[in-house]
Amino acid sequence: MSSNDQEPTIKRSPNHFVAPLEETPLAVIDAVKVDEKVSNLWTDAWAFMRRRPMFWISSFLILLVVVVGLFPFLFTQTPPNNECFLSNSNGGPEAGHILGFTKQGCDIFSRVIYGTSTSLSVGLIVTLITASLGIVFGAFAGFYGGWVDSVLSRIGDIFFSIPYILAAVVVMSVLAKYRSVWTISLAIGLFAWPSVARVLRAEVLRVKNADYVQASIALGVSRFKILLRHVLPNAIPPVIVVITISLASAIVAEATLSFLGVGLGSETMSWGNDISQAQRDLRTAPQVLIYPSIALSLTVLSFIMMGEVLRDALDPKARALR
Amino acid sequence: MGGYILRRVLQAIPVLLGTTFLIYFMVFALPGDPVLALFGDKTPSAAQIAQLNAEYNLDKPFIVQYLLYLGGIFTGDLGTSFSGQPVSEILAQAFPVTLRLAVIAVFFEMVAGITIGLISGIRKGGIFDASFLVVSLILISLPVFVIAFVAQYVFGIQLGWFRPTVGPGAPIQDLILPALVLATISFAQIVRLTRSSVIETQSLDFVRTAYSKGLSRRRVIPVHILRNSLIPVVTYLAVDFGVLIVGATVTEGIFNVPGVGRTLYQAILRGEGPTVVSFVTVMVLFYLAINLVIDLFYAVLDPRIRYVK
Repeated sequence: MSSNDQEPTIKRSPNHFVAPLEETPLAVIDAVKVDEKVSNLWTDAWAFMRRRPMFWISSFLILLVVVVGLFPFLFTQTPPNNECFLSNSNGGPEAGHILGFTKQGCDIFSRVIYGTSTSLSVGLIVTLITASLGIVFGAFAGFYGGWVDSVLSRIGDIFFSIPYILAAVVVMSVLAKYRSVWTISLAIGLFAWPSVARVLRAEVLRVKNADYVQASIALGVSRFKILLRHVLPNAIPPVIVVITISLASAIVAEATLSFLGVGLGSETMSWGNDISQAQRDLRTAPQVLIYPSIALSLTVLSFIMMGEVLRDALDPKARALR
Repeated sequence: MGGYILRRVLQAIPVLLGTTFLIYFMVFALPGDPVLALFGDKTPSAAQIAQLNAEYNLDKPFIVQYLLYLGGIFTGDLGTSFSGQPVSEILAQAFPVTLRLAVIAVFFEMVAGITIGLISGIRKGGIFDASFLVVSLILISLPVFVIAFVAQYVFGIQLGWFRPTVGPGAPIQDLILPALVLATISFAQIVRLTRSSVIETQSLDFVRTAYSKGLSRRRVIPVHILRNSLIPVVTYLAVDFGVLIVGATVTEGIFNVPGVGRTLYQAILRGEGPTVVSFVTVMVLFYLAINLVIDLFYAVLDPRIRYVK
């Protein structure tokens, strides 16, 4: 044994300074601050959104569109289809008819107001279809991988490879006798879901390897339960953005199909139909075409803006690009 | 590279079979008489029904019908339109016009989109950037037929700068207005794509190195930043073709451009189901081919892609 192993003797000088022991009781260190608000992705997103004027503008517009869609009679007393007099054909604005008249002499304002619910219902039904199909396909493909992923992704590729307006043109040409809000929504939704599925699949692939998922697997939680409780809730934010924007695209798609003449029947009030009807008189009466176009574009704009704000709020990477 | 090309081509085959099958299935396997359904509200004559029944082999089992139809597509037999002209012949006549329109549109959207995206990205947060963010949002929200009508009314009818509809032979100067309208659809997307790509590239190490070597902004921006930011923009071209196909149907219809889009537009308006179906099929096949080519091109641009499964 060498002398190195011996305890070194330390000579303390008499005026050696020793810091006083910090006496923080353990209870204080361990205590959770209960009164402080929990901060998570959603509260952060909300804190971010409410400071953006674009959020409030789009919320206001969406609220307005929804209220007009649900209660059109609050905004106009003139029926959109009756009380049309050909003597008013393409007439300018007058008392009680602030936007003038269509070719058939119907009140433009009233038609714009009553067309809202059509666009909105198509948007909502299509969104329901794309969201449910997209979430099921995307979640299973991403989570189970392997042959499930191969099969589901190829199916998605097939539907994705047909531009959905073209596909809807074919479906609506075949369903010419059954044109309604439901069939047109089905025709659009059936081909619009792969974009949702793709985004969700990529996100599930990312989340799947997170530690908390591995921990759940180790704990013996069933695969399906892990998917529902841990993977999906954490993979959903980007999907919300895509869904909001796809609602806007669905409204445009309906208007485009109606404009092409394979959308809704002429008995259904639709901005696309009205724009299509007015195009022949563009030279002489542009106002008949302009007002439904403005309504359509504003509605679409409000959902696009909302999607935009949500993207910035939910994706810190997108926020960094601001 | 060879392996990548082979893999990518093989992947395209099931998609190609799937899309054609899907279109065929939608038309011919839905309940009801498909021939009658294709005519919509009109009642076809007995001769037309007999002709279509024979043309689509409706007396044979469904899968045989489909295979015969698929065989027809690959041998260039796309059926005949109601006027009796073979669809392939109509396509051959209309295609050059659409190609010209699309090339002008892509040129406009790429030049303007990349320039504005580059400036916005470099001066991120500036007035130029902020105002183009607003402009791009508005452009994305405007349906193409609204843009087309407004452009036709303002520039064609009110100001008289362009002919409101395209004249016979579709000369280039008449195609500029419809091409501009077509270009606005993807313009906003290209601006945003370039912008975010430029912002990302700008913060990479090699850009810092270039600056610290003493290179001027004049050299770094075009050579180092722009070139490396363009890859996502090139891939966007693949998506863009889908947008262009639908956009061309509407714009060609409105501006009376004698291209593939207008032919489809008129077939839709007249309710000529069989013509619509063959046109859509051809367009989807074309779209798939373009996507494949751009994917391969992308692999040439960015070697990393080749090794990702």
